Formats: sequence, structure tokens, C-alpha cells
Amino acid sequence: MVSRSDVMKIWGMIWREIAFRKLNFGLALLSVATAVGCLVGTLTLLKADARRTERLLAAKEVEVAKAGAGLEDAVRRITKGLGFNIIILPKGQDLNEMHLEGSLSKQMPEEYVHRLAKSKIVTINHLLPTVMKKLTWPETGLSVILYGTRGEIPIRHRDPKKPLLETVPEGTMIIGHQVGQKLGLQVGADIVLLGQKFSIGKVHGERGTIDDSTVWISLSKAQELLGMQNLIHAIQALECHCAGDRLFQIRAEIAGILPGTQVIERGPPALARAEARSQAKQSADDALAREVGNRNQLRDQREAFAAVLAPLIWIGASVWIGFLMLGNVRERRVEIGVLRAIGFRSSQILQLFLGKALLFGLVGSLLGFAVGGCAGSLLGESPVALSGPDALVRFSLALGLALALSVFASWIPALLAVRQDPALVLQEE
Amino acid sequence: MTAMLQISQLAKAHDSASGQRVQALAGISLSVEAGEFVAVRGPSGSGKTTLLLIAGGLLAPDEGAVSIGGCDLGSMSAECSARFRAGNVGFVFQQFHLLPYLSVLHNVMTPAVAGGSGDARERAGKLIAQFGLENRADHPAARLSTGERQRTALARAMLNRPKLLLADEPTGNLDADNAVRVLDGLRDFARDGGAVLLVTHDDSATARADRVLLLEGGAVG
Repeated sequence: MVSRSDVMKIWGMIWREIAFRKLNFGLALLSVATAVGCLVGTLTLLKADARRTERLLAAKEVEVAKAGAGLEDAVRRITKGLGFNIIILPKGQDLNEMHLEGSLSKQMPEEYVHRLAKSKIVTINHLLPTVMKKLTWPETGLSVILYGTRGEIPIRHRDPKKPLLETVPEGTMIIGHQVGQKLGLQVGADIVLLGQKFSIGKVHGERGTIDDSTVWISLSKAQELLGMQNLIHAIQALECHCAGDRLFQIRAEIAGILPGTQVIERGPPALARAEARSQAKQSADDALAREVGNRNQLRDQREAFAAVLAPLIWIGASVWIGFLMLGNVRERRVEIGVLRAIGFRSSQILQLFLGKALLFGLVGSLLGFAVGGCAGSLLGESPVALSGPDALVRFSLALGLALALSVFASWIPALLAVRQDPALVLQEE
Repeated sequence: MTAMLQISQLAKAHDSASGQRVQALAGISLSVEAGEFVAVRGPSGSGKTTLLLIAGGLLAPDEGAVSIGGCDLGSMSAECSARFRAGNVGFVFQQFHLLPYLSVLHNVMTPAVAGGSGDARERAGKLIAQFGLENRADHPAARLSTGERQRTALARAMLNRPKLLLADEPTGNLDADNAVRVLDGLRDFARDGGAVLLVTHDDSATARADRVLLLEGGAVG
């Protein structure tokens, strides 16, 4: 008994015919491989390009962020001298008094600043409790603004920020340019204010503002000299980079924490600081957005080109395979007639041609996938894996399309083979 | 004896190259019994091949009926006719029509692909031996001599143990020795119980036939 495997099957005939007419099969295979290779190569190239773009943009993002941060910091440092721009004042404080006389008379508990620091406030930074009093310096007869400060109170829920104003050490006095000039004081000199002895820690350069006529001492000493233990005149702060109506937001937030207090914003120079920092950040963001836009435009152009090129190649391959198979059918017309005479059914004749199409589709897709993938990776200057889930998807797509292309292109020639009249051919012969 | 091939009142006309209607067969009736070797002789263009193709179910007649082993071919669809042919009819052509990409063995086994039994290889081996092709079994058909080709074609026609062999000028391209071998093969097939219908224009090819009919003017006599 001979096993069934010994009996030649349709696939055996297909295989032997392929071996006999290698050129026909090779050309069809090459067509499929070219179509698949172009598709896979294009997809790989686009993928590699997308990855390279991602990397470049990530690097650019870091670079822009770094440059932006540098610019922002530079602006911050440049505008730092403009000082605090938010002042929180006690209830009932006459603003005319502050603007016209440079002095404050209403007081509020120092504890307010700690309450703010403990709160979850987000609209302001750099809390600075101060006392501020215009007085005539009894020991010198000079009118000055006495400014008591204890340094900034860190806001608990935030990362500590670099203070805008350094603490004035106990027993030390910092004086403005005008005061230094009029009293002939230098750093290290001793002087008495309201009966208390101070050492000059720093003499500011000329600022052209009220600071030139101001003396700074520690908050606790100022409170003691002015009889304001645990009381302050104001809390100075710096607004955050808030979008929209900033002052409205700040007032609303502070009113929820310190009811009854007044919040005022200092004039354009201080506002300009925040604006400048925002502008610096915006410029950096815009530069990055432009880069992303350019890259996306380039990618869209490439995808549009691929969307036209790939179908054209596939249509060309399909027509070429159709002609090759038609040639194959014409070459085998007597063979088809003989096979029909022997008893081959239509489905078996169809199998002979479509089976061959499946074979060159399968082998062509493998070849095209490998060549296209490698070429795409090389041209894309970025290795794209030929294994893994992504590659499996690409391979499945390539295989499915290649088999569909091969069968579709061979379908009409195969049908012509089936419909061929064997009697006509055998009579001619 | 039983009528293996029964042809009744067969008529077939076709258009000639000049566009004229030619009556190739006009009311032919004949029968070939099992175990009988019948030769139909006629000049070229007398309709011999047409008769053979109709007898094998490859061409539909305009009129008349053909039955093989009692089965009416006219009532069968093309697919049904193909299946029937695979198991019951063998063809031998003047031009051999072997598949050039197959070896002798695989050419002989081709009918098994259309529908044969599991012993195709064994049977093919016996036929190859019977026709003296043992040493050529693995040779491609394209490299065979004409005599070997026709013997291979004859072995192919006999693989599925058909009831009827239809031979169209099988010795037309052969030398005398090979013609004798092929005709002997046909005669032996008939002696083993098969029916053979051979068409030829060559008188010498009819020598081994049990009966010789003359086809002329679309009719047999």
C-alpha cells in the first residue's frame, strides 16, 4: 500500500511548474517584493523619522526649557530690583497716608504672616512682614523712613525660594544712599537711633527712590523702638504668574485667609517684572511650538507623498502580475486543455494558478518585508526592529496585502484558464 | 458483450475559417463494446477528432447522445463530466501533450490528482514497466524521445483504470517500432476488458483493431 503522501498533489504540480518556469515566478515574486518593500520601507522610514523627530524634539524641549529658564532667571535677576508688588495692609489703613507720607499708622498682628505662610495660598510668594514709619531721627534731626524687617517667611507648602531681600541682622542697620551721604556714614560705623546703638552693615547705592531716605533694621528691634510688639504695619509679597485678572484672584484668596485686610498692587514697574517673566517663558514655549509645527508639517508632507506613491506602486505591481499570469495562462493553454481532458475540475485548474499566486505572494511579502524594513532603517538612520509587536503588525499588514494583491492580480487570468474551452485547443493541436 | 461506448445519431457542425457552416458529423451512430478495439479511419478534416472529443465529453454535440458505461454524458454538467472522465476515460493524443515540467513518473500520475485511488504510485510503476520506461521514470518529459513520450502518454491514460480509451492518431508521429508498441498497448488494454476507440488516417494503424469504420462525409460506414 502506498501512502497518500506519495501521491502527487496539486501543490506538487504547482511547485514543479514554478521550478520549470523560474523566470515567470521570479518576476511575479519580484513585483510583490517591490510593492511590499516600498510599503514596509515607507512605513519604516516614517516610523524611524517619527522616532528621530521625537528624540530631536525632546532634546530641543530640554534645550528650550533650559534657555527659557535661563532667560526667565535673567529677567528675574534684572527685574529683581523692582521689589515686591503686593502689599497687604490692615483694615482701615488710609492709603493716602502711605502714598503721600510714606508712612503707615494702622497695625495688624504679626501672626497674620504666619497664618498666610501656613495656608495653601498659591497666588503670592515671598512673604515679608514689615513695620514702616516716617520719623525724625532724634539723634541726627534727619527725617527718614524706618523700615523694620525680619526676612521672608517661607510658605510651608512650597519649595523654599531664594529670598528677594536679605535679613537685617540684629544690631545692624542698612541705610539708603541719601542717609549715608547726609550723615557721612560708612559700613562699620556705629550710630544711635532712638537710644539704641546700631552698626552700619551696608550703605545702598543711589536708587532714585524712597529707598535712598530709608533705614532698615530688624523687625523685632523696630517693633521695640516703636512700641509695636508682635504687631506689623504690612505684609509685602510678590504675585505669582497668574493668568487673567491677577489682583482679583489675589484679593479673593487673601480675603479668605485674612478677612478685612486690604490688598494693593504696586505700579507698572513691579507689574512689568511679572509680565517680563511671563513673556520670557512664552517666547521659549513659542519657539518649541514652532519647531513642533515645522516637524509635523514635514511629517504630513512625507505621509501625503507616501499615501500617493504606495498605491501607485501597488497598482503597477498588480497590473504587471496580471500580465505575467496572463502570459503564463497563454503558455499553458494546451496543458490546461489536456488536464481538462484528463478530468481536472474547474476548482483544480483555479488552484493551479491561485496556488502559485499565493506562493509568490507569501515569498514576496517575506522578501519585501526584510528588504523594505532594512532599507527603511538604513535610510531613516534609525534602526527599527524587525521583530516585536510593532513589526508583527507591519508584517501582518504586508503579508495580508501581498496575498490579496497576488490573488487579485491573478484572479482574471485564472478565470480565463478555467473558462478556456479544452476542445478548441485540442482541435487546434 | 456490453456496449461501453454508445453513440447515437450524433451531429455536429462548425464554422470553417472562410465562415461557411461545415457539417463535421451527420447522424453518426456507433458502439464500442467492453474488450473491443475499434478504429475509425478517415482522411484529414473528416471530423475524427471532433468525434473523439464528443465521445470523451469535451465537446457537446448539436444533436444525438453519447453514453459511456450506460451513463449519458449529455445529462452531466461540465464539472460532473470532468469527474466522470477522470475515473472512466483515458485520452491519447498525436502530440502526446505531456506536462514538460513533470518527470515521466509524475506525468503518468497526473490523472490521480484529478481523482484517483491511493495506489497511484504503485500502478504508475507497473505501467512504466509495462511500457519499458523504467530507466526513464525520473526523466523530465521534455528530454524523452517521441516514442517514449507516446508510451508515457499511454501509461498516463491508463492510470485510473478507465473503461474507455480514446486515441487520436497516437502513431502519427512515431516510427514503425514505436507505433507497434503503442498499438500493442491499446490492444492489450482492450484484451483486459477495456474499450478502445482509435481515430486515424493511417491504414497501418488499424491493423490491430477488432473493427475498422470509415468516416467520410460526416458519416461512418
